[in-house]
Amino acid sequence: MTDGSHAMNGQPRCRINGSDVVLAADEPLLFTLRNRLGLKAVRFGCGLEQCGACVVLIDGEARPSCSLPASALDGRTVVTPEAIGRDRVGAALLSAFELEQAGQCGYCLAGIVMSAFALLARETNPSRARIIEALDGHLCRCGAHTTILRAVERAAEMLGEPSA
Amino acid sequence: MTVTPLPKSLQDTPQLGSWISFASPGKVQVRTGKVELGQGILVALAQIVAEELEVALERVEILPADTLLSPNEGFTAGSQSVEVSGAALRLVAAQSRQALLRVAATRTGHRPEEISCHDGLLRVEGTDIGLDFWTLAPEVDWTQVVDVRTIGRDRRDYRLAGTSTRRGDVLQRLASGGFIHDMAFEGMRHARIVRQPFRLARLASIDRTGFSRRHPTVVIFQKGDFLAFVGADEYAVHAAHDEAEVFVEWTPDPGRKCAAKAPAEMRKEVRKDHAGHRATNSAIRARYSRGYIAHGSIGPSCALAHFVDGGLTVWSHSQGVFALRDQIAACLDLRPLRVRVIHVPGAGCYGHNGADDAALDAAIVACELKGTPVRVQWSRVDELSRGPLGAAMATEIEAALGSDGSVSAWKLSVVSAPQAQRPGTGGYANLSSAEALDPGHAPRHVEDVPELAGGGASRNATAIYDFPDHEVSVSLDTRSPIRTSSLRSLGAHLNVFAIECAMDELAGIAGIDPIALRLRHLKDKRCRAVLNEVAAMSGWRPDDAGGEGRGRGVGVSRYKNKGAWLAAVAEVTVDEAVRVERLWLCVDAGFLINPQGARAQIEGGALQSASWTLLESVPVADGRVPPLNWSNYPILRFSDVPEVETRFIVNENEPPLGAGEAAQGPVAAAIGNAVSHALGVRVRDLPLTRERLMQLLVSDER
Repeated sequence: MTDGSHAMNGQPRCRINGSDVVLAADEPLLFTLRNRLGLKAVRFGCGLEQCGACVVLIDGEARPSCSLPASALDGRTVVTPEAIGRDRVGAALLSAFELEQAGQCGYCLAGIVMSAFALLARETNPSRARIIEALDGHLCRCGAHTTILRAVERAAEMLGEPSA
Repeated sequence: MTVTPLPKSLQDTPQLGSWISFASPGKVQVRTGKVELGQGILVALAQIVAEELEVALERVEILPADTLLSPNEGFTAGSQSVEVSGAALRLVAAQSRQALLRVAATRTGHRPEEISCHDGLLRVEGTDIGLDFWTLAPEVDWTQVVDVRTIGRDRRDYRLAGTSTRRGDVLQRLASGGFIHDMAFEGMRHARIVRQPFRLARLASIDRTGFSRRHPTVVIFQKGDFLAFVGADEYAVHAAHDEAEVFVEWTPDPGRKCAAKAPAEMRKEVRKDHAGHRATNSAIRARYSRGYIAHGSIGPSCALAHFVDGGLTVWSHSQGVFALRDQIAACLDLRPLRVRVIHVPGAGCYGHNGADDAALDAAIVACELKGTPVRVQWSRVDELSRGPLGAAMATEIEAALGSDGSVSAWKLSVVSAPQAQRPGTGGYANLSSAEALDPGHAPRHVEDVPELAGGGASRNATAIYDFPDHEVSVSLDTRSPIRTSSLRSLGAHLNVFAIECAMDELAGIAGIDPIALRLRHLKDKRCRAVLNEVAAMSGWRPDDAGGEGRGRGVGVSRYKNKGAWLAAVAEVTVDEAVRVERLWLCVDAGFLINPQGARAQIEGGALQSASWTLLESVPVADGRVPPLNWSNYPILRFSDVPEVETRFIVNENEPPLGAGEAAQGPVAAAIGNAVSHALGVRVRDLPLTRERLMQLLVSDER
């Protein structure tokens, strides 16, 4: 049965990092990204939408992928940490995270960068309070929060510079 | 001159060639038994090697710890990596350089001291002589023993060590794989372990028919009380595991006991000095406590294993691959040399967490599915509830004041659940599934970490202060049914909290500024220096009365009484809950190999300690740990993070000291003292949650 322009044979289709993908398996997006598409920067942290390690962009919004069913993704656009460097906001974030040596073990970082990306794509000069608000759904056990906040601020500065 | 003993690592693995290889052109390959636990240890070690050899950092490749190929350096723990392994690698690199230069001298007729090294190329009087490390390496006798008398380069000539060389490993992993969780093999099977819901629980029943009807692609593997769900599709196995309680029932077995042969308590006396009169009137007698604390790594434990050709290979994020290999072999009746354990980085590790347990889990299933690679992934609930926990403790302090307000007598006693029950400790596996396979694996006696190794429950139980009377004793509660082991800083977190809170209580009774009272009893110059500096940084005012929901507090210690010194001042506001607004930290960790790395370690430790101190306690009931996740075991969030200012007192002539655990105790103490300063009520039991403060304030008003 065909329903609208996207779903064929009940299988949802979406765009992931610029490619059209048919979501064949009835499973949360996280498992599809990691196991079927090899996008392993999307991390498993809790499976309960509590820690933010698996956050990706869905139509530009930062969302956990660990419980999001494939059926909810029909016609949507997904971006994972693997692809953010292609965009100037993402490139600035990656560069700022390296310059600030943000994070410690790095496990939580990929998800955090996605939330920071969603924020900086929308706001050019967010206050520290806004950055904290945007990252508050993410847990970091190494206590690297301060370096991460500094990195997001630095990325915002880099994007504000005329040459950027 | 004093004779420096050969670092332990080199006593165990004395041959130069076991540590370093120039076989790959342009590369310096280093074997170390130490592993990356998320703190950048391997970058610091690479820096030391690059410095001694005068090669670019990029040339140094630290190979993963591997029981087949690496020197055995025990566990990567206790802030010892830079101190011990760093010292060993410094000698190894320095001796390699000298050996290579001697070969060059023989070949060219120059004296070795005429030859200089430039990123592996050799020059005489500024001119290349057409030789490099890699062409000369085959002529060096790599079987030579590392000599402790080898003199390394002068630290003043260092270009890399002492600078904040950037870590590339974190960013590499940020936008790709690279953690153990990301490894995959062709034909791999995924396994989820259905863990015993409490210690030594017996598997009562499994509804196999119902299970296979609902999860047709998942098979059940059972051995004793070890139960695994296995399948080719990860989500199918994950989903089955999520609802395991529908199909599996457990029951307590009263015949099974932990530590049954041990006395209920094991006591050791750590210190007994009676220089003056024994105290008659105690100024304070106070008991401080903390509950069990979960490691809470953001990436739940993971392991892979593959049994092929009669041998088992296991990939693990363990802190000690050799001890793990031996225990896996013992549990599975394999010869140790038939088992190879290779380290792959996991998420941040702060002690003995579920990593080793997961490795045995994978090994058990791989031995069943011979020839098929197996991947085990723990759930969030199991990571928080079923791995070893940080020990619950209580520290009691009785102290007296002399007529001048100085402390005249001090008696401290600790009661703690066992610390440091690592794989192999006391001859026991100390692995969760070992007990599931055979309850006989449960340890029957426990011991504390020896004082020489920094102590466990007794870590920092001896105050750094000079008191005329000073007594310290430590007891282990050996009958705790909760699995406990090493969590960052071990007993130091609570002991320093207790000591530093007691000092504040005594200062209050004596009417003396808390920092002034500490300085009266401090002979240790470097300790005085960090304390004075943190007072200056924070603008400490002895006349600051605090109160009305705002307060400041101080805490200081020297980690293990032989490591890094750290003083902290915390500023808190207490409205409904405690909020740490600012933290000032002053640290003396000797010579800093990587200042930015050391700062990250200190600040990370400080924020983690703030999390334990403000929020964390595993709610144990009837000797059981309930299923935990991040909603019933909350940790510090971005919105809770204080402003942190850190200053190092650097002395390049002092040896480097590990920095990873120095902040846990002093930061807890500074927060505790600040909360009491803000409320005018002493809080002695951690964590300092809103509920705890409400109870205390209500009972105080009565």
